[in-house]
Amino acid sequence: MTNTSKTHALHYGLLAILAIAFVILPQYHSGNLARVMVLAIYAMGYNILFGYTGLLSLGHALFFSAGMYGLGLTMHLGGWTPAPAFLAALVASAVVATVIGFLVLRTSGVAFMIVTLMFAQAGYLTILYFGTYTRGDEGFALQQATRQLIGLDLTDQTIRYYTALILFSATLLLLAYFIRSPFGRTLIAIRENEERAKMLGYNVTAIKLKAVILSGVISGASGGAYALLFGNTGATFATVQFSILPLLWVLVGGAGTTTGPFIGVLFMTYLIDYASGQTTAYLIVVGVVLVLVTLFLPHGIMGTLRNKYAGWLP
Amino acid sequence: MILSTRGLTKTYAGVAANTDVDFDLPAGQTRAIIGPNGAGKSTFVGMVCGRIPASRGSVIFDGTDITTLPAHERIRVGMAYTFQITSVFPGLPVRENINLAARRRLGRNKRAVQSKTDEVLQRLNITDRADQLASDLSYGHQRILEIGMGLAQDPRLFILDEPTQGLAESEVEDFNQLIKSMDAETTILLIEHNMNVVMAVAEYITVLDQGMVLANGTPSEIRANATVQEAYLGTGHA
Repeated sequence: MTNTSKTHALHYGLLAILAIAFVILPQYHSGNLARVMVLAIYAMGYNILFGYTGLLSLGHALFFSAGMYGLGLTMHLGGWTPAPAFLAALVASAVVATVIGFLVLRTSGVAFMIVTLMFAQAGYLTILYFGTYTRGDEGFALQQATRQLIGLDLTDQTIRYYTALILFSATLLLLAYFIRSPFGRTLIAIRENEERAKMLGYNVTAIKLKAVILSGVISGASGGAYALLFGNTGATFATVQFSILPLLWVLVGGAGTTTGPFIGVLFMTYLIDYASGQTTAYLIVVGVVLVLVTLFLPHGIMGTLRNKYAGWLP
Repeated sequence: MILSTRGLTKTYAGVAANTDVDFDLPAGQTRAIIGPNGAGKSTFVGMVCGRIPASRGSVIFDGTDITTLPAHERIRVGMAYTFQITSVFPGLPVRENINLAARRRLGRNKRAVQSKTDEVLQRLNITDRADQLASDLSYGHQRILEIGMGLAQDPRLFILDEPTQGLAESEVEDFNQLIKSMDAETTILLIEHNMNVVMAVAEYITVLDQGMVLANGTPSEIRANATVQEAYLGTGHA
């Protein structure tokens, strides 16, 4: 098999397993898996910027919540139906990412991390400030009656699972194609050696801005899908914690790999699930495991597999 | 003239790295810039290609004033630049390093990018290493690769900042051949410490000393120039 066909086999194989998993797994786990797939979209969006472009943002919760509230508010207050509301989620996160990207790309390194964190905090406070509409930390629930798409009830277990799978598949395949494209390779070139890329005539700042926008829109799509499929919003999704999570997922799963984000979310979800079943001090267990993973798998699960056993891994 | 500078000056917190450098490079020439350490050679080419902003003065490329253009746009008008400290994309295969250089100019035309890449690989004699990661290459081959990235851009002006630094004797000989083979296609501006290389490849030499132009001339003129000997070789009044 060529590397390309191996890559296809990996991606389509994963999607096939996920399609079958719903039928095989007990309801509890398929419910978990639907959430994992939606959050994996967020992680994949984050991976574009962190894993492929080499920019470490600590403020992606802003893009996630821009999508969440882009969809939530238009449905909740505007009475929009899911399809245009999802479009609103994409537009909202694109606008936020463009403005934020334009500003934060004047910095780099540690300053970039701090400034993204700062903007995300400002976004969080904005959501609290407009508590009349957003209901602050508590958030608002989207009614079952409104969560209907072309006659399908998105609150139904089965439909919710397969909607999540469709969105996950679309994102995974799109990104797998994207990182093979000339533009995707240019992002990797910037990660590898920004100065060299610039001195080959690439407008590095403009390219990085495009990466921020793409990353932000995919994160926003995840936020919108989360509100739509699970019915709840809330300012907690805009907190620092929700900016750190995608970083952890991507680090654990493997930065700069196509399937790493999914593996990272899956691993962390079940780690927390298992540990919290054993002890109330589950965060200590999670912390220790994370330290061990970073010590022994510095390139994450998929990254280490790629380095040690399968160089073809995308 | 493919490149001219007028009054090009750089001061770092009051210390002058270059002062009023007037420089003219006719198209097609292979020019070496020499001078003792700290003479301002790298700063000068840094200002030419836009990596270092000039304190004052102007840079004219093929009749157009490019003083205000950012570095990547200067590359786009036809310059290529190799760094003093080797600078490639370490985590990418050799072929992709060259692809990236060729693609910026040739765009989405896949076939043109591919054939340009193959041509460069062949010319540098590194086709058998095309699929290795750049980080796995020896130092000498990384230098060669970076020159290849320059060639893949078909530049009108090729700036090389100390390209033979750290190369073995045999590699230096290959490098000389490579520069001579490029002679007919492009204008070359070379910063070089190795006098054997300078004398072998340069058609014309500019000597910088303490940030200023000390002398211009053919290799034999420079060799015979007493001021240069005094400033540069320290053998003037021996």
